[in-house]
Parts: sequence; structure tokens; C-alpha cells
Amino acid sequence: MATHAAPNTERYFVPAPSAWPFVLTAALICLLAGVSSFLENDHVGPLPIYFGGALAIAVIFLWFRDVVHESEGGQYGAQVDRTYRWAMSWFIFSEVMFFGAFFGALFYARNLSVPWLAGEGTKMATNLFLWSGFEAGWPSNGPAHVGGAFETIPAFSVPLLNTILLLSSGATITMAHHALKAGKRLPTVLWMWATIGFGVAFLWFQAHEYIEAYTELNLTLHSGVYGSTFFMLTGFHGMHVTLGTIMLITITLRLMKGHFKPDSHFGFEGVAWYWHFVDVVWLGLFVVVYWL
Amino acid sequence: MAHTHDDHAHGRDDHAHHGPDKGIMRWIKTTNHKDLGTLYLFFSFTMFFLGGIMSLIIRAELFHPGLQFVQPEFFNSMTTMHALLMIFGGVMPGFVGLANWMVPMMIGCSDLALPRVNNWGFWILPFAFAMMLSTLFMEGGGPAGGWTMYPPLMLQTGNAFPFLIFSIHLLGISSITGAINVVVTILNMRTPGMTLLKMPLFVWAWLITAYLLIAVMPVLAGAVTMLLTDKYFGTSFFSAAGGGDPVLFQHVFWFFGHPEVYILILPAFGVVSTIIPTFARKSLFGYDSMVYALASIGFLSFIVWAHHMFTVGMPLAGELFFMFATMLIAVPTGVKVFNWVATMWRGSLTFETPMLFALAFVILFTIGGFSGLMLAMTPVDFEYHDTYFVVAHFHYVLVPGAVFSIIAAIYYWIPKWTGRMYNERAGQWHFWLSAIFINLTFFPQHFAGLAGMQRRVPDYAVQFTDFNVASSIGAFGFFFAQFIFIFNILACCYGWFGRKQNAPARVWEGARGLEWTVSSPAPYHTFEDPPELPESELTAISGH
Repeated sequence: MATHAAPNTERYFVPAPSAWPFVLTAALICLLAGVSSFLENDHVGPLPIYFGGALAIAVIFLWFRDVVHESEGGQYGAQVDRTYRWAMSWFIFSEVMFFGAFFGALFYARNLSVPWLAGEGTKMATNLFLWSGFEAGWPSNGPAHVGGAFETIPAFSVPLLNTILLLSSGATITMAHHALKAGKRLPTVLWMWATIGFGVAFLWFQAHEYIEAYTELNLTLHSGVYGSTFFMLTGFHGMHVTLGTIMLITITLRLMKGHFKPDSHFGFEGVAWYWHFVDVVWLGLFVVVYWL
Repeated sequence: MAHTHDDHAHGRDDHAHHGPDKGIMRWIKTTNHKDLGTLYLFFSFTMFFLGGIMSLIIRAELFHPGLQFVQPEFFNSMTTMHALLMIFGGVMPGFVGLANWMVPMMIGCSDLALPRVNNWGFWILPFAFAMMLSTLFMEGGGPAGGWTMYPPLMLQTGNAFPFLIFSIHLLGISSITGAINVVVTILNMRTPGMTLLKMPLFVWAWLITAYLLIAVMPVLAGAVTMLLTDKYFGTSFFSAAGGGDPVLFQHVFWFFGHPEVYILILPAFGVVSTIIPTFARKSLFGYDSMVYALASIGFLSFIVWAHHMFTVGMPLAGELFFMFATMLIAVPTGVKVFNWVATMWRGSLTFETPMLFALAFVILFTIGGFSGLMLAMTPVDFEYHDTYFVVAHFHYVLVPGAVFSIIAAIYYWIPKWTGRMYNERAGQWHFWLSAIFINLTFFPQHFAGLAGMQRRVPDYAVQFTDFNVASSIGAFGFFFAQFIFIFNILACCYGWFGRKQNAPARVWEGARGLEWTVSSPAPYHTFEDPPELPESELTAISGH
């Protein structure tokens, strides 16, 4: 090579070629084409969905297994550690922007579209000619009362309990982190199981809340723009809690196998960051979806 | 000096035995930035070709008033798919391919920070576009509501609808992973001594582009998810009856869409800022101001989205805010154009093909910028909105803008990639034919638009005929001129016409930067150890 290496630097780490990304894409296409056909009633049947989904999960597992082996095999230096930190931060940022789209939709519906339909500002004609008699308010399922009358879930009932559960889980995962840094394996694992317990309890109550909304309150996805924003925001959050819980279980099992060191455990920290992100999104939801 | 790294010896052995696989598996399994850059660029070529054929169908239909070749529904699905292919399949992967090839070589590292993720980001593209293109053969035809997918029209799409939505989700995953990769590579993998304000401008441009991508692709995913649930799961985001608003979609979409416009052009700024100093044999004028201008454009791109929606019935305060914010972008853009011109001032200019394309970029992109300023004025936009004036505007910034810069970049770096020089005479022919035909295609569209010709309609009033005839001739001419380019480039790749691998390391005498310190073609992993920085290379780039 024509150039000289700079002194006091690490070699760059470059992984070996891998077929997992290609297979993962194929699996995702199978899954999504299956879902698309299902949505359009093309009578392809659910097989592509099951097959694609199962294959995707298997490939994600195998891909991460490779990464774990490389990490535990000591192939990662300080630079790779920084790479993962940066990458995880930016990934979480992209997730924030995804939720931003739905929070934005909620803001727009509450503060702009519903008042406009009621004739606010320069939109008087809209109200007079199209939706005469409609008055703005929140919650609202619009001037056509899409989905029929519904009730909402009071903030200071199950949602408050769920807030406490998630905040507690944030505390317990921090305790686990301190124990890990102090080199105490057993307390680490116990605090982790406590965190998982809080996560699962959250999901259980959330599912319970959905069942109540559908069966007793007539609050459904069809309940106009309130139902739309309520279920999309809490639903995507619930999916992220589910994913986060799976991630927590994964690193807890890894901790029990003896993975991670007191001074080097980004796999743990990355999951903790993700869990805190899910926690913060919930606080936003609690305030603007349930409370205000 | 290269042998002081014993602690990583086992890692080195791994790599030594892992040359590229043979045959197709090399390309499927590759984690190498050069392989993936090549794949990205060939994919981009393919999409440009398919999207180009769609544009020829459009131009053939518009050659003459009345309906001659296609039905209106199919015409509209051609305009829709042409846009989606060119934006997500042509320009974006083209620039990602350039980033793959050049960012590691410019900052002195072996590969992108996350090579397997890089592979994933690429391989999503052919799959996602296969899914998107398959919709053309479905019941109800391909999506025909425009690439902006406005509801409620878009919700009338037939079987194609969920395939379109999910392919856009996948493209979003591809862009986000690719962008995270570029950001992390630039922030973390620079060789010691390359501080942020010594990075080549192409790297800077991509850093800001990648930041825009990470910020807005998830918003597009959110927007199309809401479309999907509105169609299949009974939500009311975009239905006034349920308290929603179709205009909400436009806000969410353009919150993505406007930064997207800059995603398509910022890397082009980087390319031009690299090429002009080389052929002016001077360092770039105003390096720091170029960086700040890029950052300002990046920031402003987030607060101008509703200038695409002036006629939709926004409150007056909104119209005013978005008008003035949009005009503000002319300031940093003007700084850039001024600096490019000032770089050439009293330089020893030569006009090889990359320089010709870069110069055409500066002039023609500026024309597109000026028509953009006209569109930014709310009162007159009421006249221009959805006419061919808009079509002329964005094609001026995208074709002689973004696409010319991709072409310039390929001519500029292909000797470094393949070790073979392209044919200069063919390059000059390619340039002049492209420059003439592209103006013949799009300049008359300004007049047609100002006179009132609507976009996205397969028929038009007879008084627009002359403009459209010129436009159609230009489009066919431009398309066929590109075959000169394809053969010129393939000849470099495969050594056709007896081309020898004899390009020197520093292909252009005025070129500066780490990529010119290694042999042509560059080694498979360019820098396996962080290289020492020759100060002369960097001061020539940043001027300090």
C-alpha cells in the first residue's frame, strides 16, 4: 500500500461477508407481499405471512448471534464501540421522528382540523355549508360522528398505573446497570428480571385497557380522529414496549450466560437507552393523549 | 509502521483469507464498500433507464394534443412511477453509491462503519422496486395518484395500494440504515488529524444529507402508514367526516418531502465543490462558508414545507411564513454559487468532461433556483401551481442539477475506480448532446406552464403544441445521448476497446485528497490502518 499508517491507532474492524442481510430482505418481502395480498383479499392465504415472518425472526436471531460472537470473541475495539453508540443514538432519533409524525397528526387534529370544521378562523363557510351545527371539542369523532358515541379512558386510572410501572422499570434497569458496573452478576440479573416484570405488567394492563375500550367504551380505531390518533399512538408505543421487552429478555439471558464485562457492555446499554426512549414516549402519551 | 498492531493480529488473519467470494455470491454477501458502491451505481443506472422509458412514454403521448398511445389512467401511473423510480431508485441510490465509494477513501478508512448494514441497505432496493413495479401488472393498474400520494385520490388505488405503501416502508428502512451508516462513518472513522473542518466538501455534504434522511424518512413512513390505516383499518386521519383533514397528509408528506428535495441536491453540491477546484487548479473559495451554507440549507429545509401547498387554503400567517422562509434559502444557495464562481476566478481552467458537467450544473441549477424563487412568492404561485412551470423548475434542479452531478462524479472518479481512463472525445459528445437536449426538453415547459398548461394530464389545448413538440424531441434526444455515457463507462469497467489499466494514482493534476494518494484502481480495502495525513492534500481542500 502506498500510504503509511498513522502511529498509535487501531486497525479498522471489517466483518466477513454475510448472507443474512440478503435473506432478511427476501423474508421481509415475502411477509409484506403476503400482508398486501391479504389486505386486498387476493386469496393467497396466510402462508407467505407466516413463512416470511418466521424466516425474518430466524435471520435476525442468526445475524445478532454473529455480532455477539464477534463481541465476546474480543474482536471489537474502542472504535467499534463508538460506532455502535453513534448508530444506536441515531436509530433512536429516527424512532423519535416516527412518533413525531403521529404526535403531529394529533396536534393538527385537535388544534386545527376540528376547530376549522366548526368554522373557526376563515373557515366559516366550511361549517355553514358542509357541517352545519358541528361544534368543536375534544375528544371528537368529527362532524359525522364516525363510529358512534364513545367514552375515553380517564388518565388517572390504568394509564397512571402504567406510568408508574414504566418509571419504576426505568429505575430498576438503572440499578441493574450500577450492579453490572460494580461486577455483581446476581443483583444485575435480578434487577433485570424486575425490569422485565414491569414491562410485561405494562403490556398486560395495556391489553386490558384495549379490551375495555372495545367492549365497554365503544372506543375503537373507527372512532373518528380521536380513535385514530389514540390507537395509533398507543398501539405503536405498545409495539415498541413489546420489542423492548424482547430485547431486555435477550440481554438478561446473555447476562446469565456470563456475557458483558463491567467496563464493556454496550449491548446492555443500547437496550437500556431504547427502554428509556420508550419510557419518555409514554410520558408524552400520558400527558397529551390521556391527560390533557 | 504498518506493523505495530500485534494485538489485532487474529482479526487481520481473518481478513487476509477473506478475499471476495466468487461469482454471484460475492455480490450477495459482500460487505465491501466498493462492491456495494458499484451495486448501488448499477442499480441506479437501471432505475434511470426504466424511469427514462416511462418519461419517453409520457413525452410520446404529449407530442401531440389528443390521446394517441395510452389511456389517461396509464398515463397517470407513468407520471407517478417515473417520479418514484427517479427519486428513490435513481438519484438517491446514485448518491449513496458515490458515498459508498468515496467517503471511506476520502476520510482514510477501510470501509463504512457498519458494512453488513450497508449490504442490507442496498439489497432492500431491488426487492422493494420489484414489488413496486409489479403493481403495474395488477388489477386496477399501478398507482396513478401522483408520487405525492395525496388522499383521498390515492385511496382509490386498486390492488397496487398496499404493495406501494410497503415498498415505500422498505425504501425508508434502506435510506435510514444507509444514512446512519454514513453519519457514523464520518463521525467515527476519520483518520487522526482530519478534523471536521478539514473534511472534503463531498463528505460534509453527505453528513448533512444523512442527517436530513434520518430525520425525515421516518416521517414519510408515518404518513404512508396513516394512508394504509385510513384505507384498510377505518381510521379518519384524512377524512373530514371523522374530524381529520386531507390537508394533514400534505403537511406530513411535505415535512418529509421538502428536506427530501435537499437530500437530492446537497450531495450534488458536494460533488461540484470537489470537481471545480480540481479543474480550476485552485483550492475552493470560502471553504468554511460552504460548510455553513450547507448546514443552513439543511436547517431551513425543515421550515419551508408548506410552500408546496400555497393553494390548499392555509391561514394567511402560514402563507407568509412559508413564503419568507423559502426565500431565505436563496441566501446560503447564493453563497454557494458565488463561491463556485469565485473558485474559477483567475484559475487555470481546463474543460475535461467532469468539469463541463460541473459548470453546466452551476449555470442550469441556478436557472432552476431562480424559477424556485418565482414559485416561492405566494401570490404568483397561485398562477403557477400544478402547471408545467413547476415541472420545468424541479426538472431543472434535478436533471441538469442532481443527475448532471452524478454523471460528473462518475467521469471524475471512474479512472480511480477502474484504473482505466474514459474516452474524452466521447465524453465531450455526451456532454454537449446532453446539455443541448436537456434544455430543449425543459426550457419550453416554462412557457407552456406560464401559459396555463396543467401537469399530470395526457391531453392539452392546441396552443401548447409547439412547446410540447420541442420538449418531446429533447427528451428522446437526451435519452439516447446517454448510451454514449453507458458505453464509455462500461468500457472502463470491462476494458473494452483495448482500454488499458494505466491511470496514474493522481488522475487529475489539480486533484487533492486522500483518494488520490492510493493506486488506481484503489485496493479492495483502501486503508486497513488509519493512514498518515499528508498536510498538502488537506490544506489544498479546505484552504487552511
